[in-house]
This record gives sequence, structure tokens and C-alpha cells, in this order.
Amino acid sequence: MIALRVALGIGLLFIVSLIIFGATELLPGDLAQQLLGQGATPETLAALREQLGLNDPAPVRYWNWLSGALTGDFGVSLSNGRPISELIGARLGNTVFLALYAASLAVPISLVLGILAALWRNSIFDRAANAGALTAISFPEFFVAYILVLWLAQTGIFPSMVRINPTTTFGDRIYMTFLPALTLTLVVTAHMMRMTRAAIINLMASPYIEMARLKGLSPLRIVLRHAVPNALAPIINVIALNLAYLITGVVVVEVVFVYPGLGQLMVDAVSNRDIAVVQAVALIFAAAYIALNLLADVLSTITNPRLMHRR
Amino acid sequence: MSFAVSVIIGLAGLFALAAALRAAARAGLSGRARSIANDIPLTAAFGLLVIAIYAAVAIAAPALAPFAEREIVGNQFEAWSAEHLLGTDRIGRDMLSRLIYGARNTVGIAFATTALAFVVGSILGLWAALTGGWLDQVLSRIVDAFMSIPALIFSLLLLTIFGTSVLTLILVIAAVDATRVFRLARAVAQGIVVMDYIEAAKLRGEGAWFLIRREILPNALAPLVAEFGLRFCFVFLTISSLSFLGLGIKPPTADWGSMVRDNATLITFGDITPLLPAGCIALLTVAVNFVVDWQLYRASGLKE
Amino acid sequence: MTKLRIPAMPLSRRGVLKGAAAVTAAGLILPHTAGAARAQSRGGTFRVGIGHGSTTDSLDPGLWENLYVQTFAAARHNYLIEVGADGQLLPEIAESWDTDDGTNWVFTIRQGVTFHSGKDVTAEDVVASINHHRGEDSTSVVKPLLAAITDVRADGNTVIVTLEAPNADLPYLMTDYHVPIMPGMDGRIDPASTDGCGGYIVESFEHGVQSTLNRNPNYWKSDRAWFDRIELVSILDPAARLNALITGEVHLIDQVDPATIGMLEGRGVARILSIPGNAHYGFPMDSRAAPYNDNNIRLALKYAIDREAMVDVILGGHGAVSNDNPIGPANRYFNTEMEMKTYDPDRARFYLREAGLDSLDVTIAVADAAFSGAVDAGAMFSETARAAGINMTVNRVPNDGYWSNVWLNPNGDTPFCATYWGGRAVEDHMFTTAYAAGADWNESFWSNDRFNELLVAARSEVNEELRREMYMEMQQIVSFEGSTIIPMYNNYVMAVANEIGTPEQISANWNFDGFRCVERWWMA
Repeated sequence: MIALRVALGIGLLFIVSLIIFGATELLPGDLAQQLLGQGATPETLAALREQLGLNDPAPVRYWNWLSGALTGDFGVSLSNGRPISELIGARLGNTVFLALYAASLAVPISLVLGILAALWRNSIFDRAANAGALTAISFPEFFVAYILVLWLAQTGIFPSMVRINPTTTFGDRIYMTFLPALTLTLVVTAHMMRMTRAAIINLMASPYIEMARLKGLSPLRIVLRHAVPNALAPIINVIALNLAYLITGVVVVEVVFVYPGLGQLMVDAVSNRDIAVVQAVALIFAAAYIALNLLADVLSTITNPRLMHRR
Repeated sequence: MSFAVSVIIGLAGLFALAAALRAAARAGLSGRARSIANDIPLTAAFGLLVIAIYAAVAIAAPALAPFAEREIVGNQFEAWSAEHLLGTDRIGRDMLSRLIYGARNTVGIAFATTALAFVVGSILGLWAALTGGWLDQVLSRIVDAFMSIPALIFSLLLLTIFGTSVLTLILVIAAVDATRVFRLARAVAQGIVVMDYIEAAKLRGEGAWFLIRREILPNALAPLVAEFGLRFCFVFLTISSLSFLGLGIKPPTADWGSMVRDNATLITFGDITPLLPAGCIALLTVAVNFVVDWQLYRASGLKE
Repeated sequence: MTKLRIPAMPLSRRGVLKGAAAVTAAGLILPHTAGAARAQSRGGTFRVGIGHGSTTDSLDPGLWENLYVQTFAAARHNYLIEVGADGQLLPEIAESWDTDDGTNWVFTIRQGVTFHSGKDVTAEDVVASINHHRGEDSTSVVKPLLAAITDVRADGNTVIVTLEAPNADLPYLMTDYHVPIMPGMDGRIDPASTDGCGGYIVESFEHGVQSTLNRNPNYWKSDRAWFDRIELVSILDPAARLNALITGEVHLIDQVDPATIGMLEGRGVARILSIPGNAHYGFPMDSRAAPYNDNNIRLALKYAIDREAMVDVILGGHGAVSNDNPIGPANRYFNTEMEMKTYDPDRARFYLREAGLDSLDVTIAVADAAFSGAVDAGAMFSETARAAGINMTVNRVPNDGYWSNVWLNPNGDTPFCATYWGGRAVEDHMFTTAYAAGADWNESFWSNDRFNELLVAARSEVNEELRREMYMEMQQIVSFEGSTIIPMYNNYVMAVANEIGTPEQISANWNFDGFRCVERWWMA
């Protein structure tokens, strides 16, 4: 079954590359116009298109890209001629680092808060945790970031922007990327916490929980040993969704903290119609997403034996 | 600090009002309505009250707003005064009026978008889980393909291609959101379709539509409702993020997401102007989710 | 707030023709040397936060277009000629220049200057650097600008440039930021190289993120390039730029949000430099399309815009009203004698009636990509126009692709939009680029016979008085018959940390002291 899913995943990557290529083709304007900008004239446009190979029909360009990508050669960025692997390499590392950093804060916090909120449902704690988390996600990401900068960077505790290079030590990285990681934590925690709470509460009226309660088990034990294992499927799915978001969706945080990640690269490449870069980044995002979901599906299947034996 | 104090006083007042209304309802109503009033927690009463106020403001916006939505009535960033209760914005429009009209535009758009996303997403998701097999595979893979493209970037692509009218904005955000709803609905329903009562209904010969409506949906409703509460407020945020990238609602239409963005630099200096629209969003989000929590609790059948 | 500052005495025509002579005089009287008398000192790292830069920026000089690459270029490159802080031409790689009648130009190349790689700068390098922007297969943005050059050749230590027709302003074209002097190899430059002969040597760079440069120990200028090290960081978000300056991460930022200038000054960590130049914001109308083909309609719209309010709100007072004139206060022949158009709804209605209309429906396409605040400016314009019976719909379009799909739109479905021009040091350059009939960037598709005639005549007119009169008349025509509404000149607004020393005079020719802040400023 897993082999089938991997094969499906690869097929999916192909579809994604087609969608992205098609959508980028539909965008008005092309790379030559974007590069020349206000300075475009018909003559220089024609010369630049010729030089960049933009005059080939779309299927030919797609095929050229695909055949290169299949052999591991993602080619060069059309706009500045640098190898795409070089452009992406360091940024991919940065993106993964930030995503893991934020997840390592957000997942434990939201699970603990979610379980406690379910345990002490309708208490002041439940209401306060809920209202706090909801307020945090009601603010747009950039706004959360600005407020954190106002409180924590303008007072000199943390830097207001991330200045890292390949020689930065791990400790420095942790310190310098704390504000972006905290911003992302605030953004994703509420979603995971509320889903955890909802999934657990949804099970609390089940007969087997009733049974456990009648046996006289402590509420904490009931929640941890009986409710949580059965609520894992939706919780795992929500965590996977949010992890995927942390890898693919953080362009706004990258912009605010001047963090060189993949999101900014993709937005730049889209607005400049640099198709080779758009495709490469889109494939990385898609692969990350597919892998996380595959993992989530496998884990939820394991947690629910009934799903293993479907007819 | 006086701002923080007045916010706290305002919230406390709303809570008090909600408590008073609940008490009045308990005393004055009878039958089913009374049992609901007896049942309702204070937070949910507060949520309902806030939602009612927002709805009233949205409907009666032209009557309530002291100035027109687009009218330039003063200088840039005027301080709070008797004439302009919340001051003026970047180009001298009355802030309070913009907030009031913003309720109408923003809440309307967010509601339409979320409702559309949920109808499409959850029906397809439940159907896929119920039917399984190739239909499930095809729908799931299509949704996977769309979901694996980052939402913001995908919206950016679509809006650049199709333009940024309010209708395309609603359709694009709903389309992107529907994929998320589909996934959740399918995941929840997968746990249900293997239950014996579904087997039984299938053996009875019930059709797919009946199974979805009568057997699966009621049991999958709780997580979907919880998700609705969140998705609803994510729409504001998406609009705000889109205006961060230069897209979004066209001027001079007032909407809270864009208003946060327009005034956001001021927060760098501790100026609270951008907190006003952000606060409007936050209050509504908390209110909606308080009501959702109550419904969730009722649906769970817990009686403690 | 900041009002118009009349620039130092404009250059005489003779001064342009005889570069070396102008310099000798300049060296004696310019405030630049007065600035040098203050404590300039070597050392320090100068960090600049710039609101531009993209991962797709190119190293090819022919494709440079934003402040990030411009500043990066000014740090590592020299040009044939430099525009001084007062607008005077200063010799750089060209030690001096001369011409017979404006057709043949001889540039004498400075000896003893080396590239960072150690190679000497020769006349052949200069020829290769200029030729990169000429010829069939050139993709350079400035190709049309240099199209009048018929031949460039090296002769010993001189470079001889031949034009198809006399042009007294050629030395100005040689100051264009797209034409740095780079090492040639077999008559061509390597457009992907970072080698230059400027004050700083590139240590590292990452497109759209940051670049670091170290002082060139062999730099030929002794009174320039004070910093030991330069770091240029691309910070696109305005609030993030402000925060970076406040927290001391950077020393200089561009594009300060006008709404926050007062609060920033209140912090006391930085000062605002607001430099009036020729840069302007405008709204071009397609003069071929109805209703804009009627000059009465164009005048009605010109009287329906509140220029003073735009300067106050959109620019936060850091700018000046413009009378629909692309020639700015820093230009030599700026016309201050025209009747000033003010916001006058009655007059706008009058012109509507002249056009046979009671009311008018128009749609304006705006995006902040055109200029910062363009969407707000559109909303303001729409409000003031309403009082004049003009119903203006503001169509906010995506930033993405604005310059290729909305501005100068070949389909003609956005005949009325927003535009931004950096201004040009010489009048001919501005007019030829955007107002001459048939010019590639004639954004309003405007054509006026009298104007076109004057434009050609003025280019080779030697009589100073006559030339001035011609340019005055051209401005009058553009202002009252042209098809571009230009409500304001925007200052270059930057914020610089207190520890950075700046000269008394900052160049009005482009942003960041003509991009040269990296070599003209110092750590105080």
C-alpha cells in the first residue's frame, strides 16, 4: 500500500508541475518583459526572448524542462543565469530549519493545551486558553510579527531581522530566528489546539469512555489512555497540515524578518515569470506536502485497525 | 493605557449585558427556547450577543456611520475627537465609518466564502470517504495536487489570471479553502464509514446521498463545525495577506483585513490605530468560536 | 515641511562641452570640498537596508533597474563621468572630454586605474563596456538611448565616440548607471562578472538577500570610499526597514513611509534626508482613445485633482506640487513662469462643458507598483473629481506585472493609469524618452507637431538664450496640451542613523546621493 502511495505521489508531482507550468503560462506578460520592466522596447524584448529561448512553443519548453529535471538537472535561473540547485540549496535549509524550530515549539504546546482544555472543559482555563489562542490567530501574521518586534526587538532582547549565513553557529541561529519561530508558533497553535480539544471531546460521550468512567478511572487517565489514542487520526491530520504550512506558506514571515527562505524565492520567481525556478520550488513544496500527508495517512491507519482491513 | 482600560471595560460590559439577557430569557421564555437559555454558558451568550451586534451594524451601516464610506472628511491621521470618534485614516476618511462599513463588506465576504467552501468541500469529502475506491483516489489526488501548492501563492496566481473583483476573490479563496475542508471531512468520515450502522444502512439499500445526509454528516458535524469557526476568520487573514502582496479588495471599499495592512507600520511606534480593525476581527473570531464551542459541546452529548 | 530648494547654479553649456575645465572650477567652489573639511574618517561598516531587490536580479548591467542593484553597482564600479552632488559633471574614468561640434567626442582615459582583478583600465575596456549596450543582439535597457552612437573606437588612451547627429548632452548619457566600466575581453565584457574599478571589492552576494563588499586598497580616489566595509541588505517590507533602522541593524533606509516620519524623528536615532529632485508621480492618459483624445477632457481632469493635498497626504509633505511638468526643479531650464493649475471644480466643469458634456465616467487603473501610495492617490483623485461632476472608478490592479500589462498597455483597456519617473538630469533626455512622438515609452501616445519640432531644434541649438526659450515653450505645451497629469514631484526620502556623516549637499540626481552614499558618506 505504501509503495502504491509513493508511486501516486510521484504521479502527483508530475500533475503539480503541469498545473504550475500552465498557470504561469496564463499569467499576463513573460520573463523578458519583467526583466526589462519599464525599459522594455519591442526590439530589446525580441532580442532577450531569443536569448532566453522564450520563443519556443510552450509544450517544447515544458518538455525541455521536464527532461532536464528527470535527469536531476534543474537548469539555471533564466533571469540571472545561476544554477537553480545553488539558488535553492541554502534557502531550503533555512526553510526546513525554521519549520522544525516552529513545530518543536508549537506541537507540544498545542497538544498539551488541547488535552488540558478537553480535560478541564468549560473551565476558566479552557475559556482563557481558547480566547487567547483565537485572539492570536485573528491577527494577520505580519501584524503578530510587528507586535513581537515592538515588544521584544525594539527593547533589544532579540534582533528585529535575521542575519544568518552558512557559518552562523547553531546557537546563534536559534537565538536569531526566535522571533520568526515564535510568530509562526502563535499562528499555528490555535488551529492544532482546538482540533485536539474538539477531537477528544467528540469521543467523551462514547460508551467505552462511559465504561472507563464507571470503572472509576481518573479523568486524566481516561483522556490520555482512552480518548487520545482514538482521537489521533484527526489530530495527526491537522498537525501534518500545519507542518506543511510551515514549510510552504511562510512567505509573509520571511518578508517581515528578511529571512532567506523558499517562499520569497517562489513569489519573486512567479512575479518575474522565471518558470524554471517556479517549477523547482513548487516541486519541493509539493514533495514536502505529499510526504507529510503520506506519513499522516500511514499513522492514522495504524491508529485505527479498522481502516487496515477495509473491504 | 487608557485604551486598554476602555477595552477591558467594554468587554466586561458586553459580558454583563449577555448575562442580563440570558437571565431575562430564562425568566421570560418557555418551552424549548427556555431550555436552551437554561443551558447556554455565559461565553456562548456573549458570543451570540457580539454576533448579533455585528449583524445589526452590518445591516444598518449606512444609518449608523456618521460619514460615507469613501468620503474624505479631514486631514491624514487626525486624533480621536468629538467629530471623528476614532480619528481619520491615511487619506483623511473617518475611521469609525470605515470600520462600520467594513463590518458589512468583510463579514459578508467571509461568510459567503466560508459557506461556499464548506458546502463544496464537505459534500465531496464525505462522498469520497463513503464511496472509496477509484472515486476517492481521483478526488483525493486532485485535492492533494491543489493543496500541495501553497495557498497564498496559488491565490496570487489565480487572482492575477482572473482579476480581483469581489466575486473572483470569493470564488478563489473558497476554492482554495474547499480543498482543506475536503481533506478534513474525508478524514473524519473515514472513521465513521467503517462503523456497523453504516454497513447496516448500506445493506438496507440506502443511497449515497441519504447516507451522507442522515448517517455520516450528523456524526461528522462536530469537527466540521469547529473547523468552520476557524476557517471563517482565516478568510479575513487571507484578504489581509493578499493585500500584503498588493492584491485584495478594491478601494475605496472598506474591509478590515486591508485596513490592518494599510495602517500596520504605525504599530512600529506603538500607535494603536491598526489595532482597531484587528480588534474587530479578533472579537468576532472569539465570539463565533465561543458559540461553536457551545454547539460542539451540545453535539458531543456530554451532560456533566 | 520641506519646501522646494533651488539647486546650485546650473551648468553652463560650455561646461558640458569642456569637461576638464568645469572640473577645475568645480574643485574651487563646490560645497563638496566644504563638506570634506568636516571630520571625515576612515573605517566602520556601513549597513544599508534597501526596499528593493529580488532573487531574480541580474548582474548584467543592461538589465539593472532597482535601487538595490544600482547601489551595489555604485559601490564596485566607476563610470566614465560622475554627476557631482550639485549636478556638475565630474571626471571619473574619463580624465577629460572634448568635442568638435557635438558629433565627434574624445574621452581621455585616466591612467593608473586598475580593476579589482589587478588589470589596468584601458580604452579598450571602455569601448567594450559601451558596446555592451549597442548592436543587434544587445538586450540592454539603454540601447535606445545610445542608438544615436554610430561608432566607438579606442585610439591610444582615448576613446572616440561618433554620433549620427550633434548632441550636446552626450557626456550626461555616459553617466547613466547602466554603463559602468568593466574589463573587456576580445571587445566584450562578461556581464556576469562582479569585477570593477570602484571603491569596494565584492566579498559575497546573494540576489535579493544581501551583499558584502570590502574597501579597495588600491582605489585611485583618496577622498572617497571612507568605510572599510559595506553591507547591502534587501528589506522589502516598510515596517521591517523602519524596525531595522530603529534597532540599529542598518544605518540607512530608503522609502520611509510618510505617515511615520514624525514618529521616527521623535525617536532621536536617525535623521531624515528629504532631497528634492526631478522624480515625479503621474497619471498618463492614452491620448488616442476617447474621451482622452479631447484636450478639454484632459484639462478638466487636470483641474479636478488636488495637488496640494496629494503632496501633503501621499508624500507627507516631502515633495512639491507639479504643474503637469516632467521637467523638475533640479533641471537647468525648469519653467516656473507658467500659470499654476490648482484644484478648481468649477473650472473642471467649464472644460467638461467645452467638451460638450455634463458629466464624465472614467476608470483609473492603479497599483502601488506604479508608485508607493498610488492606490491612495487614486482614491483621493476620485473623491476630488466627484465634486467636478467626474465619476472616477478606481480599479486596483495587481502589483504583479503592472509595468508590462497595465502601463503602456498595447490592448488599450487601461487607457488611464499611474506612472512614476525618476526624472532625468537633462531636459532632452526626459522629453525624448517619454514625450517625443513615437518614442517607445511615450506612455500617453501623445503627439504634438510644435513640440516635436522644438525638441529636435533644441538638441543642437548653441545659443543659450534660444535654447532656454525652446525648453520653456516645450514645458508650456506639455503642461497645457499634454496627456499626462503630473500632480507632484516626490523627494527622495531616506532615514540615516546619527552615527553616519553626510555631506552638506546631497545629490538630487537619483536616490541615495546619486547611489554614491557608499563612497561619499562616512562614519562620524
